[in-house]
Amino acid sequence: MLQDWAPVLVFLILVTGFAVVSVVMSYVMGVKKPNSRKLAPYECGMQPTGTARERFSVKFYLVAMLFLLFDIEAVFLFPWAVVYRDLRIFGFLEMLLFIAAILAGYIYVWKKGALEWER
Amino acid sequence: MNIPVVNLGAILPAIMLSLFGIAIMVAEPFVSDAKKSWLGWLAIAGTIAAMLALAPMSRQAGQWYTNLWIVDSYSIFFHFLFILIAAITILTSMNFLQREGIHHTEYYALLLFATVGMMMMAGSNELIMVFLGLEILSIATYVLAGFRRTDLKSNESAMKYFLLGSFSSAFFLYGVALIFGATGSTNLIVIADSLRSGDPQTSLVSLAAALMLIGLCFKVAVAPFHVWAPDVYEGAPTPVTGFMSVGPKAAGFAVLLRIFMTAFPTLEDRWTSVFWIVAALTMLIGNVIALVQPNIKRMLAYSSIAHAGYIAVAVAAGSEHGVSAVLFYTLAYSVTNLGAFAVVTMLSRSEDKLVNLNDYAGLASKRPGLAAVLSLFMLSLAGVPGTAGFAGKFFIFKAAVQSGLIWLAVIGVITTVVSFYYYLYVIVQMYMRDPNEEFADVRTTGPLKLALAITIAGTLYLGILPTRFLDWTVSAAVNALR
Amino acid sequence: MLELALFYIFGTIAVVSAILVITQHNVVHSAIFLAGTLLSVAGIFLALNAEFLAGVQVIVYVGGILVLFVFVIMLIAVERSTFERQFNRQWKIALITSAILIGELVYVVYQGRDTFVLAEPAVPLVQGAAGNSQQVGMGLYTTYLLPFEIASILLLVAIVGAVVLAKKKTQTE
Repeated sequence: MLQDWAPVLVFLILVTGFAVVSVVMSYVMGVKKPNSRKLAPYECGMQPTGTARERFSVKFYLVAMLFLLFDIEAVFLFPWAVVYRDLRIFGFLEMLLFIAAILAGYIYVWKKGALEWER
Repeated sequence: MNIPVVNLGAILPAIMLSLFGIAIMVAEPFVSDAKKSWLGWLAIAGTIAAMLALAPMSRQAGQWYTNLWIVDSYSIFFHFLFILIAAITILTSMNFLQREGIHHTEYYALLLFATVGMMMMAGSNELIMVFLGLEILSIATYVLAGFRRTDLKSNESAMKYFLLGSFSSAFFLYGVALIFGATGSTNLIVIADSLRSGDPQTSLVSLAAALMLIGLCFKVAVAPFHVWAPDVYEGAPTPVTGFMSVGPKAAGFAVLLRIFMTAFPTLEDRWTSVFWIVAALTMLIGNVIALVQPNIKRMLAYSSIAHAGYIAVAVAAGSEHGVSAVLFYTLAYSVTNLGAFAVVTMLSRSEDKLVNLNDYAGLASKRPGLAAVLSLFMLSLAGVPGTAGFAGKFFIFKAAVQSGLIWLAVIGVITTVVSFYYYLYVIVQMYMRDPNEEFADVRTTGPLKLALAITIAGTLYLGILPTRFLDWTVSAAVNALR
Repeated sequence: MLELALFYIFGTIAVVSAILVITQHNVVHSAIFLAGTLLSVAGIFLALNAEFLAGVQVIVYVGGILVLFVFVIMLIAVERSTFERQFNRQWKIALITSAILIGELVYVVYQGRDTFVLAEPAVPLVQGAAGNSQQVGMGLYTTYLLPFEIASILLLVAIVGAVVLAKKKTQTE
């Protein structure tokens, strides 16, 4: 059973290996001629302005929090989906009830304007 | 595959409160500020519907939902108590929210959801359900404590309550995990059976029980886990303080008794001695520190700690007398304390500020009715004969003596005498000092009058004719101990 | 054998990065080490054949809660916090009391080791399918039906709480 996850392990090792190897190789083999332009942070060709460590607005927090809550709701759908065939209409109804309650929360959040950026 | 039996009747009160809570929540953004008091009445309608739903629930006695949920007179009693607490709190809050210009009527939805959480705690037969109920109650109360967002003290209150509350939830959860490791189940009855068949005195089981006990002791604020209470109670909006001082406390004791009586009867001699110490310590600390509090909310906070100590005496006494005394006392204390907080809410006026004891000077000469009502509640909290508080204390000390806890009863009586000082001090302030002000802006509105009427009636009824409710609590205790 | 080896590998990573979380001066570094802890806990779940839990651990904790943490870090001034003292003056007392508490816990668990009947790793309900999500699903949606529905109320409370406490005031206030 645990052996079923061997491909994942191999995949992880390959991914980590590739990342490490490419960084190390470019560091070892690359030609280094630094100047101030090259050392500046790359911002799509624009001139960098100010520091990157600016304080974020609290709005991000609200969005992240709401994302998390609806994320947890979505997690409940995974085990439901795999047994849906066995539970039939009973499973459908219980999930309907759950989703309905969360939907009420969604309507509340929407109408409250918590999803709007400017206000 | 086995589809469980769905019995909606067995959880009908919780369904009612959830539906009304969701309705209030969804309606909130659609209703204009001027009409928001209607949502308060909708919440009252929800509590009435839940009260009516107790009748069909009581016909469904037994275990439901694959033995996760239990309906007996014990759980029905606590359902009744929680709905009553919610209703009185909503009535007290309606005027308060208007006065403070708080137009977030999510307040009522959160109160109803918190009540659902308390119901889940009292009616569940299973530790995961208990934890879920505990979290619903706690999260709703954290938010309610911080409801006056612009007020620093309210923020402090919510923050402290949140940090210590989540810490104590973690203790409880760790206990649940260990008991699951030791017995392989989270069902209280299965745990009890497996402890009876095996060696019940293993240290692992004791550790699990101790961790759960610590978690719940935090929630009911008994010493030495009480330190959060005064700051949290002081900063929270006054009606919320009233709710916090009775709701989570009653739910905490309900679930504590249920867990320890059902799952750990084999450890009874151990947790009885723990409760002996907890009760003695709580009564002493609560009553002595309350003596020097200049702020009535802090004073009532320490007084609520002290009252948790009296309830702990009855828990230590165990037996059906002790359990029925716990139930009776939580009811009597809840009614009285909610009444006292209704008066304090009314007198705190704008910004929720005037809550020092000397703000009450001379109230009797300007507003004799209010002063008389507050005096009644103070006398009941102190335990003067003829009031609910006296009947409750009488049953507790009687149960303690019957179980041979003479010294605990003696400590209880002595600390009660001490408590007379600070309760009577409020009355002295109101009646024997000259007024500093006119109390002209104190408004008694309809909902508040209704809340006061219920609490006054309850305090006097339970004090003068306690037999009816006593019969109920005794039958609930017998049911729960079976 | 393999399970045991995996447990110790992931366990070591989890504990070491957990210690680094609280000792790093820069909170952003703390957050990265927290990701290490959470991921190695997911690895432990996987080694115990609890694939569903491992998945939830990654989706909810790494994908959700950690992102939330990073947002909270960005709300505060990161630069200044690196100069502030990491621990307050009571850290020695706290360390001693924590050590005593851990000692007690270890002692008690050691005393009760005979009562721990270590469960066999769960066998998948559907043979050939590498997953216990079905078992979790059947348990959650039949036996634990009531807690599942009640969980929706818990989520609602959290949604309302987040909006009430974090949303900017509207003009009407």
